[in-house]
Amino acid sequence: MPKDHGIGASSKRREDVRFLSGRGVYTDDMALHGQTYAVFVRSNVAHGRIKSINTANAAKMPGVLAIFTGEDFKDVGGNPAGWLINSRDGTPMREPKRPVLAHGKVRHVGDAYAAVIAETYNEAKDAAQQLADDSDIEELPAIVDMKKAVADASNRVHDEIPDNLCFDWGWIEDNRAAVDAAFKSAPHITTLELVNNRLVPNAMEPRSSIGEYFPGTGDYKLTTTSQNPHLTRLLVAAFVLGIPENKLTVVAPDVGGGFGSKIYHYGEEALVLAASRKLGRPVRWTAERTESFLTDAHGRDHVTKIEMASTKDGEILAIRTETLANVGAYLSNFSTATPTFLHGTLMAGPYKVPHVYVNVKTVFTNTAPVDAYRGAGRPEATFSIERIVDKMCRELNLDPFEVRRKNLIQPDQFPYTTPVGLVYDTGNYQATLDKLIELADVAGFDKRAAASKAKGKLRGMGLSTWIEACGIAPSNLVGVLGSRVGLYDAATVRVNATGNISVMTGAHSHGQGHETVFAQVVAEKLGIPESSIEIVHGDTSKIPFGMGSYGSRSLAVCGSAMSKAVDKIIAKGKKIAAHMLEASENDIVFADGKFSVAGTDKAKSFGEIAFSAYVPHNYPLETLEPGLEETAFYDPANFTYPAGAYLCEVEVDPETGKVDIASFTCADDFGHVMNPMIVEGQVHGGVGQGIGQALLENTSYDENGQLLTASYMDYAMPRADDVPFYTVDHSCITPCTHNPLGVKGCGEAGAIGSPPAVVNAVIDALHRGGHSHVKHIDMPVSPARVWSAING
Amino acid sequence: MTKVSMTVNGKAVSGEVEGRTLLSTFLREGLGLTGTHVGCDTSQCGACVVHVDGKAVKSCTTFAADVAGASVKTIEGMNNPDGSLSVVQQAFQDHHGLQCGFCTPGMVMSSAALLAENPKPTEAEIRHYLEGNICRCTGYHNIVKAVLAASGQDAAALAAE
Ligand code: FES
Ligand code: FES
Repeated sequence: MPKDHGIGASSKRREDVRFLSGRGVYTDDMALHGQTYAVFVRSNVAHGRIKSINTANAAKMPGVLAIFTGEDFKDVGGNPAGWLINSRDGTPMREPKRPVLAHGKVRHVGDAYAAVIAETYNEAKDAAQQLADDSDIEELPAIVDMKKAVADASNRVHDEIPDNLCFDWGWIEDNRAAVDAAFKSAPHITTLELVNNRLVPNAMEPRSSIGEYFPGTGDYKLTTTSQNPHLTRLLVAAFVLGIPENKLTVVAPDVGGGFGSKIYHYGEEALVLAASRKLGRPVRWTAERTESFLTDAHGRDHVTKIEMASTKDGEILAIRTETLANVGAYLSNFSTATPTFLHGTLMAGPYKVPHVYVNVKTVFTNTAPVDAYRGAGRPEATFSIERIVDKMCRELNLDPFEVRRKNLIQPDQFPYTTPVGLVYDTGNYQATLDKLIELADVAGFDKRAAASKAKGKLRGMGLSTWIEACGIAPSNLVGVLGSRVGLYDAATVRVNATGNISVMTGAHSHGQGHETVFAQVVAEKLGIPESSIEIVHGDTSKIPFGMGSYGSRSLAVCGSAMSKAVDKIIAKGKKIAAHMLEASENDIVFADGKFSVAGTDKAKSFGEIAFSAYVPHNYPLETLEPGLEETAFYDPANFTYPAGAYLCEVEVDPETGKVDIASFTCADDFGHVMNPMIVEGQVHGGVGQGIGQALLENTSYDENGQLLTASYMDYAMPRADDVPFYTVDHSCITPCTHNPLGVKGCGEAGAIGSPPAVVNAVIDALHRGGHSHVKHIDMPVSPARVWSAING
Repeated sequence: MTKVSMTVNGKAVSGEVEGRTLLSTFLREGLGLTGTHVGCDTSQCGACVVHVDGKAVKSCTTFAADVAGASVKTIEGMNNPDGSLSVVQQAFQDHHGLQCGFCTPGMVMSSAALLAENPKPTEAEIRHYLEGNICRCTGYHNIVKAVLAASGQDAAALAAE
């Protein structure tokens, strides 16, 4: 029988009732007394020098209350990068200032250089248009293509950075000679140049922020679409506006998806706060979708050359990569960590590859900033590895299943130290591969291929065996590697006098269902009903601290902090129980919501202990404080390493080049699973995004830096009829060895493992159909690209 | 500004609107019915779908003045009279057809309109009908399952689970 509550149950989500009834409260849903509206004036050229901004006409327009330009913020701080990367030669990365509003130059289409605050949205919009008309911006040649950006020193995104290079990173530099030597003596070398296409995250709720300043107390409040309100508070308070951290509250209420794009602090958040301070009234802003396309941090955008050295029978000997990674016009908060420590460290994949060397050059261009998007660096690594393993199999005429099986780290080799700096604590990659072969009915493929052929379609199957690193940590190690923040998390468990519980967690749910799952975990540990537990998140004034939700860290890191805090509650409860039951603390056992004296029927319920803690009449006051509330901080000892095997089957129409996903099967190892329904939903969503990247989504800038795909008319989002029902499984479990719940994280898996499976399937279909000259097709694998590959 | 009157979720309402005021704006700002969401500016995402005289429409591309006198139903009007979730809403919860909840009001309104027209749609018909509703979270699997279930079909069997 599946469980019906607690850990492992598919508890229905309690948050759904409000969302399904139209009672969610997202930032833009809040109406505030005296509110005013901000509209930003954004550059319509990719690169330009601001010669003048004449505010006089706009200022006189109806309803206009204030106008801000870059001049107003030139003396405050910039929005910093969260991770310092050093180049191979030891020099630190170049870090140009990222101002609240552009000053001197505009650097991408959509770069905000002024803002208008008015009584109504339409008035602000009209005045912003006037201000745009009254601005003199001299257009400069745009820098769009990364290769040209690095080659042409005369044209600079930032005048002080001569070659548009942020850094040139080697990982691990000391491995390089051994890697080169392995290639020199290798029996076979496979080479592949590929593009990991730039994506727009497209959370369905556009970014939105409300700034409030309270002149009576000098307090500020920012309500904003954030995945991590504490980080935003830190950045706004300490780095940008110079407000004491204790005078700023940041609230992230219901948030409609993030996928990375709402991790970062954006200038609009600082602007609404500064404007509210000036006006003494709330200032609100919500992005139109076009603004989201132009200014949300984009994802991926790597151009990579990968080489693989192997034996003739497919044993991988070495991997070497050279990547150009676009960071766009400014460094977004995690933009330097994503192509480096979230990418290079994964370049051994799940394989026993002895030698790996990764080189990444990050390049400034006149495009929107690029940062972590679902998977962040790991999809790029996985795509490169899984595509080249497949290509190697084709070149050597080997079976892709067998080659992977041969190279996978064996179950008895854990903990396994990779040549790129990670120690995989646990895994069983053969088990997920076996499970996949069974679930996807690989044995029946030929029959299905024949049926496709009868319809005039080419069928192919593509495999991907992937691994990722989640819950980035520990803080002391990431500090050595350049991280400027700690990567622990925190939780407070407050048992109220009546025995119900409020849990304040540093995680933030913007779709993940924490309000349900976290309550399941606490309920299981305390033996009390889920319904008496409330999960509080997204408000810096209520929660001790937290780094928020991204990188599949919520349960692994924040959930572990919560679990530790619950353990402290139990420990204190035992002390109280020992006093009440006149027994030794060591004899008290806690199970099923009861503290009892071992071997007797003497017991106190959890509720009685809670009551006693708050009404301490019979209580050891000399040795124990009253109350029952505990806070724990948790800094993981290592990353967690979810892994799995994915298989995609496609049907290609050779006449049109159109690719249909016939089936998609996932066999994952996420460690222990707290709520199977939610885990499966996370995989579905990730795979949907991965299929979108592989087949549909393309972010296209023209050579002038104009974004050609700035709306849903031009940017192909996956829709319901682009995807099939997926088959997902998470029954292979090797629990994480170093966190209390044995969990690994599941949020990014689908987006990491799926794109190479899709592309491998398309190449397979073309080969089976006799088009063996096609070695690779870049994503998105659109009908036009497939057709030209077939006919090219 | 002109005065416009209509019925929203069974209640007579009226308000002052400009000719250019969108139905989505009237609902959200005029009536405080913020369950109807706005996810795009090109009439593509479907987060704003409501029913006007029983038909699904995108409220972000409908002028409030144009539906004067009509009967409008929004997500806030979908619950059963006792406040419990209606069949379609309940199917979304039972089958985890939502994550962040932002596309959800539009998805529910579109799904209800589909089921009114076609009480036992096939998987393909559901996917086709929901083409105008974008969800970034769910990969659509559980949304399609929820609609199958709401129509009384064996969703688990049809989703091959
Ligand atoms: S808001 Fe109406 S279709 Fe997107
Ligand atoms: S549930 Fe988030 S967009 Fe659909």
